[in-house]
Amino acid sequence: MALLEVRDLRVSFDTPDGTVRAVRGLSFDVEAGQTLAVVGESGSGKSVATQTITGLTRGATVSGTAYFDGTDLITADQATLRRLRGARIGMIFQDPLSSLHPQYRIGWQIVEMIRAHDLEISKQAARKRAAELLTLVGIPRAAERIDDYPHQFSGGMRQRVMIAMAMALDPALLIADEPTTALDVTVQAQVLNVMRRLQEQFGTAIILITHDLGVVAEMADDVVVMYAGAVMERAPRRDIFYRNHHPYTQGLLASLPARSGDRLTPIAGAPPSLISLPKGCPFAARCPHVFDKCSEPPPLTDVGGDPRHQSACWLPHNVNEAVAS
Amino acid sequence: MNEVLLKVDDVRKEFPTSSKEVVQAVAGVSLEVRKGETLGLVGETGCGKSSLARCMAHLYDVTSGSVWFEGRDITKLSRKAMRPLRRDVQVIFQDPYGSLNPRRRVGSIIGDPFSIHNIASGNERKKKVQELMELVGLNPEHYNRFPAEFSGGQRQRIGVARALALRPKLVICDEPVSALDVSIQAQIINLLSDLQQEFDLTYVFISHDLSVVRHVSDRIAVMYLGKIVELAPTGELFGQTRHPYTRALLSALPVADPDTADSREQIILGGDIPSATNPPAGCRFHTRCPKARLDCAAEEPVLEPVLDDRPEHRTACFYPLTVGEDLSTAVPDLRAS
Repeated sequence: MALLEVRDLRVSFDTPDGTVRAVRGLSFDVEAGQTLAVVGESGSGKSVATQTITGLTRGATVSGTAYFDGTDLITADQATLRRLRGARIGMIFQDPLSSLHPQYRIGWQIVEMIRAHDLEISKQAARKRAAELLTLVGIPRAAERIDDYPHQFSGGMRQRVMIAMAMALDPALLIADEPTTALDVTVQAQVLNVMRRLQEQFGTAIILITHDLGVVAEMADDVVVMYAGAVMERAPRRDIFYRNHHPYTQGLLASLPARSGDRLTPIAGAPPSLISLPKGCPFAARCPHVFDKCSEPPPLTDVGGDPRHQSACWLPHNVNEAVAS
Repeated sequence: MNEVLLKVDDVRKEFPTSSKEVVQAVAGVSLEVRKGETLGLVGETGCGKSSLARCMAHLYDVTSGSVWFEGRDITKLSRKAMRPLRRDVQVIFQDPYGSLNPRRRVGSIIGDPFSIHNIASGNERKKKVQELMELVGLNPEHYNRFPAEFSGGQRQRIGVARALALRPKLVICDEPVSALDVSIQAQIINLLSDLQQEFDLTYVFISHDLSVVRHVSDRIAVMYLGKIVELAPTGELFGQTRHPYTRALLSALPVADPDTADSREQIILGGDIPSATNPPAGCRFHTRCPKARLDCAAEEPVLEPVLDDRPEHRTACFYPLTVGEDLSTAVPDLRAS
């Protein structure tokens, strides 16, 4: 059994303009010690899905299941979720500054977090642990910097503090939502390196939510490609890049400047509104291969007989094995 | 191609801070932009690329140095004297949300340049605006819509239309695709390149994303802490990288290719970018450079051709990289001998 099993997750929000169907029937597994990258563009539902799993989407209509270590996170009460969040499931977000309290020293914030979950530990022991964690994530002179405020750290260092906090109680799962999007590229390389190192050391599973296919290629074991709230394709990393099936995956890869020659190959048009989604394939309106069948919603089915590689597309599932670009 | 359209000569731009310190955003940059080319400016947060571009467009007054447009010194021009030149130099900004007034209709936003410069009004203006909308791939019937009714990519098209209204000679594109999703980003990049060909435009293209800059630029200037560290034709910058910072920047860029990602030796720079209020002495990169030696901390290298490079390729480094040199194993040595 996988560490986290999400099945048919649906999340919608009622707004004055209508119901926004942000996640529509999402299923995935996260194996212990592995990295699952969830990739998609703005509005694909990638963040909403993980926020829902951790009980952070208030006011949403949610259905489906998300079993983590035998507990269904969707139906769990707030007390159970609070106990799991932080202790068993660590989280880091894009913007570390808004996730840290500006008026408290970072050491204090880490100690608070440790003591909230570990009622036995003394303040001194928790503080020692906090300093160790800061060293672990590569903050120089951690013993001194533990008493600094968040604003005294650079963006990259703040993200390290967030990682230290997320890893404080040795969680089984780390959810990283665009953890390096706000960082410069040399700093991003440092932070990704820290995440990789910690995963090796502690065997933490990671859900990495990103829009950056470069980061996916560097970090992922498995990949889920989302579009308009649904999975378009899922596969082990190399299959996504070298033997992809779904025209949306292919379109994303072809849009990258590094992959193209003189002229880029964008995906025409723009994503559909999540309030008035088409009945069939959500990508049909932008798809270069669209045909009659696409007016019906395509199910996720195996590609080339491999159950680990699935695509939600009506195109034949065995012939198209060419690389996208 | 070789005619110089815009030139900055030893430009400095400093900003005072509340604590009486000075941020040296641009710390002495000399650069030429040639007619018809795309010059890429690349670097990380705080390297001064946007400040430099704003000095070029005369949106900032320079602290010292001079800016020349078509052979004329425009550094000290008054607002009024600058006005006719504004037609020739336009800017496209990063944020297609923040740079458009949400309460004004798209037609009037794009038509502004015509009114400001008294070029067209009434029906003639509307006709010109609708032509522009069509040119950038917007539906001219959406003339009366508000910015909020457009997606991010469409809003950036509005920004492009506005910048091109007066047929400028130079367009400064300040992170024009950074806020956009990758599939939309490619649409805008293609649009900019089509327009460049059609109207013989010159671009200064600013981005933190090396893969985008590589795709669009004829030449690239790499900036670090207010200085250009390397300036070269695009092919040479990537094929014959000289500056350790350029190499590190290239190496840090995640590549969307698992085989490459798995096989390459990544150079991971230590530390953070130092503060621009108190930049390191000597070469500004020496505090993070894997090849740093004692003289790097003492003396500032000049941007000039190194090794056997042609004059087109200039690097500010005492210990430039040779082709194939492995930087991932280099160790700095800052001890006095």
